[in-house]
Amino acid sequence: MNGIHDMGGMHGFGTVEVEPDEPVFHERWESRVFGMIQSLGGSNIDAGRHSIERLDPVSYLEKGYYGRWLAAFERGLSSAGVLTPAEVDARMGSAEPTASTASGEGRTWRPTSRNYVRKVDAAPKFSVGQNITTRNHQPGGHTRLPAYGRCRRGVIVRVHPAMVYPDDNAHGRGENPQYLYTVRFDAAELWGPGAEANTGVHIDLFEPYLELEA
Amino acid sequence: MSKHHDHDHEHSEIALRVEAIEALLTEKGLIDTKTVDEVIRFYEQDVGPLNGAKVVARAWTDAAYKDRLLRDPGGAIAEMGFGGPEASHLVVVENQPRVHNVVVCTLCSCYPWAVLGLPPNWYKSPAYRSRVVREPRYLLREMGLDLAEDVEIRVWDSSAEVRYLVLPERPAGTEALTTEELAVLVTRDAMIGTAHVKVPA
Repeated sequence: MNGIHDMGGMHGFGTVEVEPDEPVFHERWESRVFGMIQSLGGSNIDAGRHSIERLDPVSYLEKGYYGRWLAAFERGLSSAGVLTPAEVDARMGSAEPTASTASGEGRTWRPTSRNYVRKVDAAPKFSVGQNITTRNHQPGGHTRLPAYGRCRRGVIVRVHPAMVYPDDNAHGRGENPQYLYTVRFDAAELWGPGAEANTGVHIDLFEPYLELEA
Repeated sequence: MSKHHDHDHEHSEIALRVEAIEALLTEKGLIDTKTVDEVIRFYEQDVGPLNGAKVVARAWTDAAYKDRLLRDPGGAIAEMGFGGPEASHLVVVENQPRVHNVVVCTLCSCYPWAVLGLPPNWYKSPAYRSRVVREPRYLLREMGLDLAEDVEIRVWDSSAEVRYLVLPERPAGTEALTTEELAVLVTRDAMIGTAHVKVPA
């Protein structure tokens, strides 16, 4: 979808502010949101990303990273019938902050590794060194083709195995695995004559986003 | 940017909301406080840029390891005990005298958690995500890394499940240092590609 999340190449966001010695979490609630989501596990990463993308643009920008996670988390809990927003509203203020119990020793939790590679029968359509053009692919739903990479000419620099296709997986249409390619684009192809010299951008793109250069 | 907009009131509202959610999910038996605590401590204490720094320092001092790291990054970091989510499909890109690599995720904030921990706020900021693909040389200079015009800049936009780690150049004057001493010099920003590794004066 053509959402606010698709930021590559946008103007007007100002300088990058680097915070020295930044903590991993700035607020306790950020860590609780992160911890709850990770401990539940098993979520569909593509549906989760799409849920964040569907926030209205003002909220997306104002909420910040973990605020967006929280909004998507709540939406997921609500649509799964686990927790309604009204239940949360009613409970607010009467919940005691949960006491931290772990001493820091003897931790047993470990993240589970996810593997998105899937075996497919077909061979990859493209090979390293081929010139491709990206399609004018702009679905209303989820996609991982950034807007700045649409309808652009690039070169395949790496062929990855087939992986879960986010455009379908985000919408419950199955994993529909597709080959993934790393594609190199010259800056001038992406940004026009004012582009910085001696610069290129690599984007990881799924096979349905690409066609051979005419 | 959110820091400037958030007021104490909003902070407490959101904190109360998160507490309410955690209490309700705990009562429903879906989560437990101890596990949530463990997750947080894992990402605060067990994974972080020091993981990546150890990988880089070893690649600088062990040519066979560097070769494995570039060919099979997942296997090479597993040798050091690192792995897990956000590292299943790791690619290591090597800086050279005339090639500089820098990593971003313009669509969200994908980041190689297993070797760098969780990303800093600036990496997740609209300013970084929007600008580093369009004007990397200008932005890097603004962030304190001045690259000569004859250095090719390769930007890597992590738009799928591949995660990128930059293998920075080993600075001159570090020939006598041990792998452990080198690891201390390797910063998070150098492994994202917004800085060089420097030797303290």
